[in-house]
Amino acid sequence: MVSVKRLILDVLKPHVPNSLDFARTLAEQGAGYRVNFTVIEVDENTETVEIVIEGEDVDFDAITQALSSLGGSLHSIDQVEVVNDA
Amino acid sequence: MNATGQFALLLKITRSHEIARRYFVVNGFDGALTTLGIIVGFYHAGDSTVPVIVSACLGAAIALGISGISSAYISEAAERSKALRELEEAMITDLAESAHGRAARLIPIAIALVNGLSPFVLALLIIAPLWFSPLFASIPLQPLEISILVALVVIFLLGVFLGRVSGRFWLLSGLSTLLIALATGVIIWLVSPG
Repeated sequence: MVSVKRLILDVLKPHVPNSLDFARTLAEQGAGYRVNFTVIEVDENTETVEIVIEGEDVDFDAITQALSSLGGSLHSIDQVEVVNDA
Repeated sequence: MNATGQFALLLKITRSHEIARRYFVVNGFDGALTTLGIIVGFYHAGDSTVPVIVSACLGAAIALGISGISSAYISEAAERSKALRELEEAMITDLAESAHGRAARLIPIAIALVNGLSPFVLALLIIAPLWFSPLFASIPLQPLEISILVALVVIFLLGVFLGRVSGRFWLLSGLSTLLIALATGVIIWLVSPG
């Protein structure tokens, strides 16, 4: 079985919810998720962030759904780490 | 996230808890002071029946409630819609299904309810002694006097609440609003004919 261990995403988000609330909501999407949030650029209404998500099997669909429900917009998937456990 | 958590998130996104608190106090104060004014007027006139006084106060309470709901909804919906449109332009995406979109639809309703219900409920509280006047038969005060006392207590408590919000000494803040209510009562008493 192929599982996603690590994702690095380039995301544009509004200032609110703030980075802490955003990261918390992403971490709630799966048990054992580790979320690392780095603000790259800040504009008047938005900020560009790099999000690193690590877990045993990261659910990409749940992550993108959580992102858009908080008003974020996924620009690109910058890095992935996928393992075949079989 | 449960419904309470979702609603808390929407309040946080729009920073609406401060707006709702301000509306609660401002319009609640309006409702309490208006009702106090009507009751003092009737008390000064002296020859009105309880049903007439209750009808007048209830009419004012309903009008204040509907005015509060409609005015707050119209202005808040316009503000939220403008803020959402600006954010959508900055994000270059449709945010209708995001928390921001939900906040733009739901928060104006919540704020309108706070703005409309605060004067309505406080006015009902003040006229309750008139409504239940047969129950106060053993108290050596007229129902109108009890209503005036309730109005003064409600206005004092609104001042206390404001004091706690602003960090001022609660008693001083409560006494300030009480002084405004007393001054209003005195003015009505002085200018009323008869």
